[in-house]
Amino acid sequence: MTQKIVIVNTGCANISSVRFALERLGVSVDVSDNLSVIKGADKVFLPGVGSAFAAMGSIESKQLSDTLRSLTQPVLGVCLGMQLMVETSDETNDGVIQCLGLMPGHVARLQAGELRLPHMGWNTITPQQDSPLFKGIPADTYFYFVHSFAVPVYEKTLATCEYGQRFSAALQSDNFFGVQFHPERSGEAGAQLLTNFVEM
Amino acid sequence: MLAKRIIPCLDVRDGKVVKGVQFRNHEIIGDIVPLAEQYAKAGADELVFYDITASSDRRVVDKSWVSRIAQVIDIPFCVAGGIKSVEDAGRILEMGADKISINSPALTNPDLINQLHDIYGQQCVVIGIDSFYNEESGRYDVYKFTGDAARTQQTRWHTVDWIKEVQQRGAGEIVLNCMNQDGVRKGYDIKQLSAVREVCQVPLIASGGAGAIEHFTQVFQDADVDGALAASVFHKGIIDMQELKDTLSSQGIPMRRRHQR
Repeated sequence: MTQKIVIVNTGCANISSVRFALERLGVSVDVSDNLSVIKGADKVFLPGVGSAFAAMGSIESKQLSDTLRSLTQPVLGVCLGMQLMVETSDETNDGVIQCLGLMPGHVARLQAGELRLPHMGWNTITPQQDSPLFKGIPADTYFYFVHSFAVPVYEKTLATCEYGQRFSAALQSDNFFGVQFHPERSGEAGAQLLTNFVEM
Repeated sequence: MLAKRIIPCLDVRDGKVVKGVQFRNHEIIGDIVPLAEQYAKAGADELVFYDITASSDRRVVDKSWVSRIAQVIDIPFCVAGGIKSVEDAGRILEMGADKISINSPALTNPDLINQLHDIYGQQCVVIGIDSFYNEESGRYDVYKFTGDAARTQQTRWHTVDWIKEVQQRGAGEIVLNCMNQDGVRKGYDIKQLSAVREVCQVPLIASGGAGAIEHFTQVFQDADVDGALAASVFHKGIIDMQELKDTLSSQGIPMRRRHQR
């Protein structure tokens, strides 16, 4: 199966590690910010680390927003890439920043209580049982997380995780999927999830 | 539940993994990429690579191995040593490292921490601190340029004050190298780590002194650190990774279980 897999070049730093993880699965990938290349892909990855403010600035300067909203093929947002998929985020110095709005939802600072932030390390998730993205991945599987902001649990939540509060470890709205953790750095479990997405 | 992390540390010099005792007399352990791959397969939760020559001898250091590691490793890894600027950090992150760790350059130019935080985000900014217990004064002092015995120097910072300072500037994680303990395998410096834990609100990684499984138990139970870093016990095969994790798990310390595909 020769699929066209494209990683959107958001200018963020985890592009290489997402590309390498896909290459380890034996699929070839393009990293691109070309609108027609992104539109023509079978599967699209939206990576991101850093701040929502910086990432949205980069996406807007490359005029990618409308293209991303128009996509109908499966799209997987990773970490900050997932957070950019919802409507708004608190991760900015002045109030609220507009995200891509590929699905409803809001990103807020993780209410970790006594626990340390960032939430950094391997934590267990609880996925919805019938999701193709989590095929073969049972509850209590460990994935690698690094973040201080999160999307609370709501109707688009596909998997949950707990760190001081329960939050969305994964989201889905139609063809748009997002994961808060880093599948590219989550060992065998991450490879399984990436395989599931590629084979979707 | 968030698992506690076991982090093998690979000291790198001229593209080879080396290990010294109390930061001196380095011996070659092996090639970087196969060792990294071996540790990832053995169940390490994360890896740290310290380029121990870089900060102190001012030459441009070949970091192409970072990209080679990123290609084969499916767990997170951090690169330390010789990262003196935002541009240096950017290159390492672009090659596929998840985090960069700054030690001496942060002491020389503390504003670098703020810049890295603002550009790449708090999650990738690790501050390494070499802390030495001074018996005469009874204080913990921060040292820099510890990669080179001839240039190692004490700074004006007391360790706890520096920990507070780096958090305020945007550090996302702190690795505390307890120099008195490094390489001697007599156990982590629980007293110092506990004192630091009280003022450390970001993840804290213990480094220096691991020699037996019970040292890991102590550091997680008594100093409440988020991760434990060790080198020689893994390089020399003194502790088996899986046995370590099984033992800690049976003692109620949360450890990652591997996913069976």
